[in-house]
Amino acid sequence: MEAIGFPVISLIIFIPIVAAVIILFIPREQGDLIKGIAITAAASVFALSLFVYLNYNARVDDISANQAALLSEAGRDSELLQLNLAVSSQSASVLAGQSMTGTQMFHDGLAFQEHVEWLPALGISYHVGVDGLNAPMVLLTGMVAVAGVLVSWRITDRTREFMAFFLLLVAGVYGVFVAIDMFLLFFFYELAIFPMYLLIATWGWVQLREYAAMKLTLYILIGSVVALVGVIAMVLVAQNYFLNEGAAVFATAKDAGILPQSASELSFSMTQITLAAENGAYNVGGYAGVETLTFAKLWFPFIFIGFGVLAGIFPFHNWSPDGHVAAPTAVSMIHAGVLMKLGAYAALRSGVQLLPQGAEVHLPWIVFLTLVNVVYGAFIAFRQRDFKYVIGFSSVSHMGLVSMGFATMNLTGMTGAGLQMFSHGAMTALFFGCVGMVYDRAHTRDIPSLGGFIKIMPWVGFAFIVGGLTSMGMPGLSGFISEFPIFQGMWRASESINLSLGPFNLSNYYSIMVIIAALGIIITAAYVLRVTSQVFFGEFDRQKYPDVDDITVRERFVLIFLGTPLVLIGTLPFIMAPMLETGLRPVLALLGGA
Amino acid sequence: MDINALLNDPNFLPWLIPVGPLLAFAIISLLTNRSRLIPATSEEYGGHHPDYEGMLVPVVTGRSRLFSIIVGISGVISAMLISYRLVFEATSIEHFGRSVFESAITWLDLGVLSFEMGVLVDPLTAIMLFMVPLAVLMIFIYSIGYMAHDPRQSRFFALISLFAGAMLILVVADNLLLLFVGWEIMGVCSYMLIGFWFEKKSAYNAAIKAFTTTRVADVIMLLGIAYLYFSTGTLNFREIMYHPAPGYESTAVVDETHSETSAAEGEHAAEASSAEHTMEAAAVEGEHGAEAAAEGEHEAAHVVTRATLLAETPALLFGGISAAGLIGIFLIIGTIGKSAQFPLHVWLPDAMEGPTPVSAMIHAAAMVSAGVYAVIRMYPLFEAGGHPHDGVFTSPLLLMAVVGAVTALFAATIAVAQNDVKKVLAYSTISQLGFMVAALGIGGFLAAAFHLITHAFFKALLFMASGSVIHGMEHGEHHVHAHGHGHGGGHGHAALPAGAGGGPLDARLELAMDHGHGDAHGGGHGHALPAYAEAHHDQDEHDAHGHAFDPQDMMNMGGLRRTMPVTFITFLIGGLSLAGLPLVTAGFWSKDEIIAEAWLGVSKGFGPHALVLICLSLAAFLTAFYTMRQLGLTFWGENRTEEAAHASLGRGIVSIAMTLPLIILSVFAIAAGFVGVLPDFPILGGIFTPGYLPPFAAFVEGTLNTSPPHLVFNNVPVLISFAVALGGIYVGWLMYWRKPLQAGQPDPLVAILGTPLHTTLKNKYYFDEMYVVLFVKPSQWFSKNVAYEFIDKGIIDGFLHLIARVFTWIGDFIKVMNLWLIDGVGDGVPELIGRLGHWFRGAQTGRIQQYMLLVLVAALLIGVIFALSSGVLQAAP
Repeated sequence: MEAIGFPVISLIIFIPIVAAVIILFIPREQGDLIKGIAITAAASVFALSLFVYLNYNARVDDISANQAALLSEAGRDSELLQLNLAVSSQSASVLAGQSMTGTQMFHDGLAFQEHVEWLPALGISYHVGVDGLNAPMVLLTGMVAVAGVLVSWRITDRTREFMAFFLLLVAGVYGVFVAIDMFLLFFFYELAIFPMYLLIATWGWVQLREYAAMKLTLYILIGSVVALVGVIAMVLVAQNYFLNEGAAVFATAKDAGILPQSASELSFSMTQITLAAENGAYNVGGYAGVETLTFAKLWFPFIFIGFGVLAGIFPFHNWSPDGHVAAPTAVSMIHAGVLMKLGAYAALRSGVQLLPQGAEVHLPWIVFLTLVNVVYGAFIAFRQRDFKYVIGFSSVSHMGLVSMGFATMNLTGMTGAGLQMFSHGAMTALFFGCVGMVYDRAHTRDIPSLGGFIKIMPWVGFAFIVGGLTSMGMPGLSGFISEFPIFQGMWRASESINLSLGPFNLSNYYSIMVIIAALGIIITAAYVLRVTSQVFFGEFDRQKYPDVDDITVRERFVLIFLGTPLVLIGTLPFIMAPMLETGLRPVLALLGGA
Repeated sequence: MDINALLNDPNFLPWLIPVGPLLAFAIISLLTNRSRLIPATSEEYGGHHPDYEGMLVPVVTGRSRLFSIIVGISGVISAMLISYRLVFEATSIEHFGRSVFESAITWLDLGVLSFEMGVLVDPLTAIMLFMVPLAVLMIFIYSIGYMAHDPRQSRFFALISLFAGAMLILVVADNLLLLFVGWEIMGVCSYMLIGFWFEKKSAYNAAIKAFTTTRVADVIMLLGIAYLYFSTGTLNFREIMYHPAPGYESTAVVDETHSETSAAEGEHAAEASSAEHTMEAAAVEGEHGAEAAAEGEHEAAHVVTRATLLAETPALLFGGISAAGLIGIFLIIGTIGKSAQFPLHVWLPDAMEGPTPVSAMIHAAAMVSAGVYAVIRMYPLFEAGGHPHDGVFTSPLLLMAVVGAVTALFAATIAVAQNDVKKVLAYSTISQLGFMVAALGIGGFLAAAFHLITHAFFKALLFMASGSVIHGMEHGEHHVHAHGHGHGGGHGHAALPAGAGGGPLDARLELAMDHGHGDAHGGGHGHALPAYAEAHHDQDEHDAHGHAFDPQDMMNMGGLRRTMPVTFITFLIGGLSLAGLPLVTAGFWSKDEIIAEAWLGVSKGFGPHALVLICLSLAAFLTAFYTMRQLGLTFWGENRTEEAAHASLGRGIVSIAMTLPLIILSVFAIAAGFVGVLPDFPILGGIFTPGYLPPFAAFVEGTLNTSPPHLVFNNVPVLISFAVALGGIYVGWLMYWRKPLQAGQPDPLVAILGTPLHTTLKNKYYFDEMYVVLFVKPSQWFSKNVAYEFIDKGIIDGFLHLIARVFTWIGDFIKVMNLWLIDGVGDGVPELIGRLGHWFRGAQTGRIQQYMLLVLVAALLIGVIFALSSGVLQAAP
């Protein structure tokens, strides 16, 4: 990939950090200046993100063509990858010889790379880049950052610290998405959690904030520590592999330019770990002394679910509704809109991409958890009285669809999952924006005591309906474009994924799952309509809410800003779907054991 | 490209059909939806909303109102002109269907897999393009009058334009996904329109109910679409059902099963020999004799389509069923929801909460028809692997036959006992759709399509006429109030001052139904359409304000023929068409065709056909009966209330806009039937059907590459049709026309049916209540008690809190340990040292002798140890 001339990714990460530091030096009285700096920083990273997205999107065709060429060169039918389940029996056994098609595809797909050695002795480097999978996430983060600053305009309590922490949070989230080095990924992961805790515990809803902040932080930290242990083990296994039987592969990869000439065997670089995975380093039997156990089999659940905690995977979802509810509006937006995707993204990257053989073994049962997410989250949302809890549990339900898409292990389903990540991010941010706008004025979130708000705030009502229609998968909006491929992927997966659990042998069960998952979508419709009608329709009670007024222009902008992509992707899916496919194809090539 | 050439290209033109209404939607909602603010208590606001003291509410400006109407109607007219042009071109092409108008663009290009979005006009589309724009235009014109005083008329026009656009998208779609897009947009529009008066609780509850119920079905349908797409790789109708599947292009294989089971013994040779058994051949046969044509040449050449292949693939689920069968069932569930079939019919009667033009739109022109249309569109998929005409049913077909037959009869029985003028029609719609679905189930897709068209005309007519009646009754009511007439018939209205804010909430909201013909508002009149959820609540209101007046209750009407003659005549025409008055009405011909289809099967001894025949005949009888009951109660006899005596549409533009569509539609309610007269029908056949096939059937048949057996005239079904229609009409006449109901007199039906049965029917077999008990309550209970309280809060959080507690305990334990052990050790070690020091200090006496003694002892000890260890002593033994 040709260089852009300036380190755009680093700018995206460091502008918020620098802005946060500057803000901390401004006297607290100058609220406008503080907010001005915050919005400038957010808007400029959004602009850069958009630039990155568009620039990458322009290359998608070339990358696709390159991937098709690589696949056919490797004797893999690109159509096969597209139409049928990628899982093949090939990968069950350790592959002989060298294979690096998947790694090559991953490497070639990366753009805007910046690579600086950080701690060479430990194999840690500052390596960031963008591919088809994270470019949409980068754009999403930029959007939510801008929207978050704008909805926080009314915060008067310690504005300075709020904005500074918020920007730090944004920087951390960006860092995770663009990290190509696993250590860097963890670094930013933890960097994001720290301001999150403070934001919720300090500015959150008084009744719940300390409990929720604690719960959230503990859950996520424990999850990430488990995953971190796994990743370190993974790096060491890879080092061992490259030093011994994989030395030839290592050399070839260096010659082919996939790895830099200076690469050492010990490295946290995803590319290098991917290479090890592709050549079966994690698929050697006899791990931990057990004949049938391999590294991938043992560690995949820990790594996938460790990150999956942040994506709200059942039964580790319980931090999320409490966290959403307790957090101030902007934080809820970034929390449900971006942070949960971060979990899913990291689970996909470090779980499925780096341990594909583990994914083949474990995703067929993890899909049950995702199904529970989808249906159960919707059921709970159905019965909540608190406006924000409804949205909180709806996130649990929708994130279940994302993980379900991953579990299909085919391009259709996974692309749907990727689209769902973006769609849900924008949609749920929109939802929380709406809830916040109502709550700011009505000072209650108790659904039965609200009513008729569309009369006072028509824009909020309309935006909420658009969001609601998206969440129930209405054609023309992005929810449909993401749910339909997931369903289709599930049918497809049904044909080829079987699960043996001792005496039980399940086949075709994905098709039953998809039917049950549809129940979740139906309940989604039920609760969205119920909330819409109870909050926005019906009669407005002037006596009860004497000074509720319409939203400001700034807030209206937020609604339009977040609502537009829902419509754009819904009607013009080709602005995102092919890009996601280029990002997912390497992962699938690995799954197929290229 | 040259614009002119493009505009003359029939392949391109279908794209433009939905554009007009969609553009109208955009223009109205963005530009001509200006409103001005007036105090909420103003009369102009029509008491539409609760009176907010000192609050301003928006009312659409006169100019916006006018422009919205113009834009909306222009949109429909443009769609209509393009449609009719295409229909004209289509009808002038011979064997239209083998060649069609179509074009497509790539919508989503995913490397090897690209998804094309396109439009298609085939014969089935063409007849829909004839019906839909016409009915929609009539509804638009009617809305000018009906919504004339509504403060949100612009929004109304925007939404129904979108609705019409969505329906047209659905009609011209060439693939299932685009069809689904139109399908869902209509769902959203119906949600918005049923809940158009969103302040009213019953309205938004009905909207939610409609949307949720259809949504259940739609999601299942979407599963089917996903399955279909994954298994065939395309969703294009003709790719799946018309064109040969890849690899089968050259061979037209004769279907063996069919050959074995075919009843038409004599046709085997023709089938086997002729791979290209075309309509010319059929025509020749038609001349040979109707019998042969009827029994003979269906599916002469069997093209192997993707649908056929699917029928041979086992499904992923439910062993024994084919993939086509499973997909078919999924898709049909979508139709069951959209076309309000049993058991998902519950939303449709409640949907009457919307303004009447919306009811006409939903029940006639658009939404419910869409369900049946979609099934006809994909008929070969459902039929694949079976031959209903030979008694071989696939599971989707059986499902349709049973559901349709049950629905037709079941809804008709409910309609008999309804007193609300619109609810009778609502149940009649469900019942008539049941006719179509049942016809589809037994293979009669032509009959279903025919009934779809005729029904759309007369039902749109009936809804709009009933809207006129309601409008007239409201007018009469205002008249009564304004002129201080006594309240007749024991209808003691609470005489509240006009515009008073003290009236009951729902009563004031109910005024939304009024259109303020300059009359004073503020009567405490109650609830027009108590949705079941509201029933109790409303009862309280009624009690508080005496007997409230319901302008939709037929018991309050009577004798309206005098003041509303045009409405009466058109309602009569529509009603008789619905009742199937023999020979002259459209309803007779289409219903007769369905019954003839069923008879054809019964005569061969097929069970499902018999079920359909029996249910439909009974339903047709009931249809004729309740129609006469409705007509009698509404128009015949004497006025039963003061309001009814003053019911009228008034004068001026409102009245014209509301009667013109009725007149136009009543023409079609009669004439539309004559395109389906069988050629050998005595006398009339010769007049209307010069060819060997009814014009309608001959045209639509080309849609599919199979052709069903052609119907022939047979005495039995025609006699059945005659008997049920005339019998029902006669009984209805006997009960409600000969001795019209007097004010205060109970419905004679109650005495005949007995109170328990009548109450059951009146309460719609308690389906709503049953669903509440069966689905709503349990899911709420599950959500709250099981999912949230038990699993989430109980188990998961409980576990978490348990861990937290355990950690706390461990912490406490460690703390104690700390105190005892660590602190004990930590503190103990220094202390020990201290003590030791203390003890040692005791040794430091300062006396030199003691020191010397200690040194000596020590030296001795060391010497002994040294001696022992160095082996000095060991050497001795």
